[in-house]
Amino acid sequence: MCTTCGCSTGAHATLTDPATGRILHLERPDGQVPRQEPADPSPAPPSAPAERHARAHGTTVPLEQAVLAANDRLAERNRRWLATRHILALNLVSSPGAGKTTLLERTLRELGDGLPIGVVEGDQETLFDSERIRATGCRAVQVNTGTGCHLDAEMLARALGQLNPPRHSLVMIENVGNLVCPALFDLGEAAKVAILSVTEGADKPLKYPHMFRAARLMILNKLDLLPYVDFDVAACIAYARRVNPDIDVLSLSATRGDGLAAWYRWLQARLARV
Amino acid sequence: MHELAITRNIVEACRARAGNARVLCVTLEIGTLTCVMPEALRFCYEIVTDATPLAGSELEIIRLPGISRCRDCGGEVIMHDPLSCCPCGSVHLTPPQGGDELRIRSMDIEEAD
Ligand SMILES: Nc1nc2c(ncn2[C@@H]2O[C@H](COP(=O)(O)OP(=O)(O)OP(=O)(O)O)[C@@H](O)[C@H]2O)c(=O)[nH]1
Ligand SMILES: [Mg+2]
Ligand SMILES: [Zn+2]
Repeated sequence: MCTTCGCSTGAHATLTDPATGRILHLERPDGQVPRQEPADPSPAPPSAPAERHARAHGTTVPLEQAVLAANDRLAERNRRWLATRHILALNLVSSPGAGKTTLLERTLRELGDGLPIGVVEGDQETLFDSERIRATGCRAVQVNTGTGCHLDAEMLARALGQLNPPRHSLVMIENVGNLVCPALFDLGEAAKVAILSVTEGADKPLKYPHMFRAARLMILNKLDLLPYVDFDVAACIAYARRVNPDIDVLSLSATRGDGLAAWYRWLQARLARV
Repeated sequence: MHELAITRNIVEACRARAGNARVLCVTLEIGTLTCVMPEALRFCYEIVTDATPLAGSELEIIRLPGISRCRDCGGEVIMHDPLSCCPCGSVHLTPPQGGDELRIRSMDIEEAD
């Protein structure tokens, strides 16, 4: 469960550079919340009388602060850091096993020669995925979140420091396999990419509307398995557009290769804009 | 269960501002389109505030709905959840405005006198 969620008393997230085997601990002491910024001195909107009446002898202190303000500030810092270096960072999210790592491996093999690509791998445990990435010859840094079920902006900041991506490059972030919590946490990425495989059921966008609302692109993966499963592609796309009318959609098979050309064009179009 | 994390953020922010004063009530604004469930938050709040200056305080949650427009009839649609439809039956809506708020509006503390 979430580190930020606190479900993980005393859990430590770790960051490993598989090239050097160096491990850094990301300290997340129990209940720790990054320091609050000084309160905004501007007057807060007047509170409704109803807010006050029940608490006689109390004083209302306006706070007007985003609950995830600390994460959002760090995410903005990451975004600026990436922008000044003309680096495109994409945040790949999906349920476990939808094919994030497989799609990354294929993309690195087919685009990696012409384009520097670095990968940040988020998993609760193991270095397996970053080792798969390194086997393609690309730089990868592994963030192990322990019991945490998503990456947060601080983890990405540390990972970027370790990865040290060159200017005009692509950074792919593979988030922890989870369609809920990563939707809430901005990392500073340019876009979230939600990957859904056809073995998971066409109604996923309605069951996890927040993730599909937060994503810029939905990738339907494992298209090669379509003859063997009951999956209505048109219905799935309609569900995704219902929760996010502007979402881009691509269908592909990361193993057989269908639809990859369109994925590469989508990437190139985004790269041209950073 | 990201609600526990969210609750810890809230309680920590309030503690930092309240100093030694006892907190009587915390008022949150939660959009109807965020994936934070008020019931889960209330459950976590009782546990997380235990043995803090917020113990026993009230948690007031103001839901702020997202607003979309129907692409078929043009009417305004109040999004009570991400799957709300237009009263005309249409599900073809514009992307909603608002509804993703997750804010601590204010807290009431005991007056130091
Ligand atoms: N048939 C088929 N299998 C695929 C495809 N893409 C991935 N797979 C298989 O699906 C399984 C999971 O793929 P991964 O790439 O490890 O999935 P992941 O999303 O990275 O998984 P986690 O990191 O554990 O969340 C592997 O056995 C892949 O070979 C595809 O397009 N077609
Ligand atoms: Mg993986
Ligand atoms: Zn309508």
